[in-house]
Amino acid sequence: MNALRRQRALADYTIAALSRRKVKNLALVAVFSLVVFLLASAMFFASALRQEADAALEGAPDLIVQQLSLGRQAMISADLIDDLASIRGVRDVRGRLWGYYYDRVSGANYTVMVPEAGQMPPPGQVIIGEGIARARGLEWQGAPLFLSRKQGDLNRFDVAQTFESDSALLTADLLLMNAADFRAFFSVPEDMFTDLAASVRNPRERATVVDKASRAMPDARFVTRDDIARTYMKLFDWREGMMVALAAVAMLAFAIFAADKASGLSAEEAREIGILKAIGWDTRDVIAMKLWEGGFVSLGAFLLGTTAAYAHVFWAGAPLFAPVLKGWAVIYPAFRLAPGVDLSELVVLLLLTTLPYAAATVVPVWRAASADPDAVMR
Amino acid sequence: MTALPRYRRPATPVFGALGLLVALGMAEAADALWRAPQERLRIARERQIVADLGLSDLALFTEARYTRHPALADHAAAFQDAPGSFEHFPSGSFVPPAGPWGAARLGFSEAEVTR
Repeated sequence: MNALRRQRALADYTIAALSRRKVKNLALVAVFSLVVFLLASAMFFASALRQEADAALEGAPDLIVQQLSLGRQAMISADLIDDLASIRGVRDVRGRLWGYYYDRVSGANYTVMVPEAGQMPPPGQVIIGEGIARARGLEWQGAPLFLSRKQGDLNRFDVAQTFESDSALLTADLLLMNAADFRAFFSVPEDMFTDLAASVRNPRERATVVDKASRAMPDARFVTRDDIARTYMKLFDWREGMMVALAAVAMLAFAIFAADKASGLSAEEAREIGILKAIGWDTRDVIAMKLWEGGFVSLGAFLLGTTAAYAHVFWAGAPLFAPVLKGWAVIYPAFRLAPGVDLSELVVLLLLTTLPYAAATVVPVWRAASADPDAVMR
Repeated sequence: MTALPRYRRPATPVFGALGLLVALGMAEAADALWRAPQERLRIARERQIVADLGLSDLALFTEARYTRHPALADHAAAFQDAPGSFEHFPSGSFVPPAGPWGAARLGFSEAEVTR
């Protein structure tokens, strides 16, 4: 009980001492919180996106086969469907029809697809993503979509349905067409497909199937679902791209804080410690007081930063990262993310923010506090 | 005789503020748990869309072919737009190349090439 009252009194003294340099210390907490906020926002955003991609892309095709010609992807012949289907373990081989359409009206790129299953739009009708409706201003029910391939060419499609913004992360720029419409619009011959998709009965057989298939189709490139997963793992990985840039800036900021603190005490602070020692404070008390100080600053900054980051990413939809996603694109998905916080990452962030700061405050104080008060005050 | 003003402990409002932040953090955790069932349903719907349409990529960056479908992009997409252009689109700097490369071997017989 006594120890608790002692600590409480030390905390009171610490706050009183901190409030003597109110502006400086509040600025310190504010900047520190901002660093934590940026780091935590990026962390929450990346981990929520990764979870979303992992879960959603579980439904992706097991195997995609692209025809390569002169080093680039080319249309693939329907004859190869049977070749692929004849390999043991492969089933449901289907030709996929998809491509890109650059819309000169809005300056946006659409991904045009023919659905493999589910709802196939009737001839003359399309199903569009919410990004297309937004880019073309198709606000009213029944507004037709006009697409032009060249000057003087105009094709009318009726919008059968618009994807809900719930799935914008996958469907924002999608334009689903009937197979006959697709072939007519893009002049694709009957026996050609963009690529082939297949299922592999046993997931452990995928490598063997790819091996056999690449002998049968030496000009083809094979993309398995594991490759897709790996691509997205890399995209959202902490060690890659944007995360590195953010983390490096944050680390630099931490380093400046720590260096500022560790490079020694101001004369005023040293005097304060000398006086405390002279009026009978124990070295232990001085260090405990400084630990309280570090704790208040770093824990306060951590709590403020992470709670604000959660609100930023999961309640406000990460507006700070929107420009990064938009880039020069006209269509960008307006999506919301399922809150998914990786606790181990949060703990690492907590340790990264509190421990170095506490160490940086305590070490120089310990040196001053263990010295003779008379020498420190002079 | 006037009464002395009551001593206010300076740390009390600070502990209060920290307590509020902890409460906010707990509210956010509760929010995450509360939203989880709806979000699971939404993601299940997304998975169905992916399976129905045969999607392979997220519509995160729609500005270039190789950022719209990074999983299916040409391996040598970097210089496809203009000679000397390192990266034309901003999002290209955030999307790392898919890889892995260099899995092939040179050799004269099949035994040399296959591992």
